[in-house]
Amino acid sequence: MSTSILEPIGSSVPDSLGHFGPFGGRFVPETLIPALDELSAEYARAQIDPAFLAELSGLNRDYIGRPTPLYFAERLTEELGGGRIYIKREDLCHTGAHKINNAIGQAILARRMGKKRIIAETGAGQHGVATATACARFGLECDVYMGVEDIHRQALNVYRMKLLGARVIPVTSGTQTLKDATSEAIRDWVTNVTTTHYIIGSAVGPHPYPMLVRDLQSVIGRETRAQMLEREGRLPDVVIACVGGGSNAIGIFHPFINDVRVRLIGVEAAGRGIGTGEHCATLTAGRPGVLHGSMSYLLQSEDGQIAPSHSISAGLDYPGVGPEHSFLKESGRAEYVSITDSEALEGFQLLARLEGLLAALESSHAFAHLSKVRGEFAADQIVVVNLSGRGDKDMGTITQELGIVL
Amino acid sequence: MTRLTTRFAALRGRGEKALICYVVAGDPNIDRTVSIIRALDRAGVDAVELGIPFSDPLADGPSIQASSQRSLDNGTRIDDMFEVVRQVRASSGIPIVLMTYFNPTMQYGVERFANACKSSGVDGTIQTDLTPEESEEWVGHSRRCGLDTIFLLAPTSTINRIEVVSKLSTGFVYCVSRTGVTGARADVPTDLPGLVGRVREKTEMPVCVGFGISTPEHVASIGAFADGVVVGSALVNIIAAAGTSESLEADVEQYAASLKQATRRTQ
Repeated sequence: MSTSILEPIGSSVPDSLGHFGPFGGRFVPETLIPALDELSAEYARAQIDPAFLAELSGLNRDYIGRPTPLYFAERLTEELGGGRIYIKREDLCHTGAHKINNAIGQAILARRMGKKRIIAETGAGQHGVATATACARFGLECDVYMGVEDIHRQALNVYRMKLLGARVIPVTSGTQTLKDATSEAIRDWVTNVTTTHYIIGSAVGPHPYPMLVRDLQSVIGRETRAQMLEREGRLPDVVIACVGGGSNAIGIFHPFINDVRVRLIGVEAAGRGIGTGEHCATLTAGRPGVLHGSMSYLLQSEDGQIAPSHSISAGLDYPGVGPEHSFLKESGRAEYVSITDSEALEGFQLLARLEGLLAALESSHAFAHLSKVRGEFAADQIVVVNLSGRGDKDMGTITQELGIVL
Repeated sequence: MTRLTTRFAALRGRGEKALICYVVAGDPNIDRTVSIIRALDRAGVDAVELGIPFSDPLADGPSIQASSQRSLDNGTRIDDMFEVVRQVRASSGIPIVLMTYFNPTMQYGVERFANACKSSGVDGTIQTDLTPEESEEWVGHSRRCGLDTIFLLAPTSTINRIEVVSKLSTGFVYCVSRTGVTGARADVPTDLPGLVGRVREKTEMPVCVGFGISTPEHVASIGAFADGVVVGSALVNIIAAAGTSESLEADVEQYAASLKQATRRTQ
């Protein structure tokens, strides 16, 4: 093939040490450095290895179900009265979210490195399920760290992981959510680094993870770009995606980075409102700092203690964000806005009623923003929204929030 | 000559090994941290690693995680910790090294943090998650303020990493005894002398070993090939058990003295 499915598209970042401008890098205990070097080296080899690329694209097609459709949302377009709205259907990926794109790619890398054990962190459980799935597919041992709080919120996904042969390890430290599950996964990795590969779930962590996860998720944006050119004969005017750690957003944004005419909008979770302090709108309300191996925007105290975060959506409930998003914010290439819990619920209902699509609460934030700025886009402008995952997992939360007893 | 360098030279002259003890500032409270350090000094401890509590200590095991959380629950701030050092310095010349994750340093302001270290009487720092590649600014300010910069090496470190880390380290080189997080363990890894030997080929600096060391027997066996040992979690456990009871300082002093004794019988 002439262009590799992992070829970075016109990207000058990160540099060889993983820096996206002032962000990214490696801030980890020294014990992990050789493993990060090994992963970087193996990924560099894999990127130009036809066998790896063929296996990845084969699994993308036959196992994940790619390419996912780019769907013209006719009724939503009519309702919002401005902007022709297309939806990238990552909810149709195997396991129900974009997370599998990364998990499969990293599982192949782990096998190439001879690592037989996989660990992962999970919040909502989508990355945990994707990793457990990839491990079942490749016959790898799988341990997933999950905060006790999230285990209660996402009981169904916990059981899915167990059915897939993974062990779910409850995390009782700190706030007992994604942040602490990530810390605990890193502690496990520091301890078992010679036998274990850590499949990090978002475009966060020490180099090379933010780059690796971005590249594996960029299949979303590459497909979108090609599908759009085929359907409309031109690129979209706006691309919108939700941002927690930011893997689905960087995946759909990245192939458009050099198309400066395409507006890129990331939607963060404003929780109960930015002013309440109960949110996870890191880029909107945080400032740069170091957590989980890289420098990026963080929610934190004056002394640099990490602040507890909140979102109705467990998958966005994280006080950090991928370093490349911090870079895109500071460089002005992407815009970041935020949507509250209740706006996200409205976005969820809007999409369900008008298009028959049950979006994950994470993705619902992106649709809520579209609804919030209705009128901002001209009728002939093309807007693509990434539907990063399906909402079945959120039925419990949604009925509870809407006060419905089943 | 920093206080650390002077201390290591004196120990070498006496044929003794260094005992370095780690405590978290603010556990059980800031005032008792001052008296704990004085107790360590009385016990003959050669240097103190004063830990800055952090909300997400990802290189630490359960003991230090819990200690950090107790300290944060007490409302410990970075400036409180510099106050601890100031108070200790009024009556003691024991070398004090701050052990911290990089984010609190960065948020305080790298330059301001270095200045505060210097003015309060801190001798150096260990920035647990600051890799040599990211350390240029911090090392620069440390040199300007005469602070030692201690970096860590691990059993996974390649010869190349040992070289990079040794070049940037001053005061001593800190070898982590095993892959893993901090925490008291039953035994000492058998491959440790090999790691320390590889490090010695690359540096003249004293080489100290930490992580998992808790008994006089551990101290003696590691003292046979290293220049010093670091004891953290086991001491933190003693502090946790004593809480704010009156026996806290005596418990700390007795335990530290038993470890220090073991550094004197290794040669």
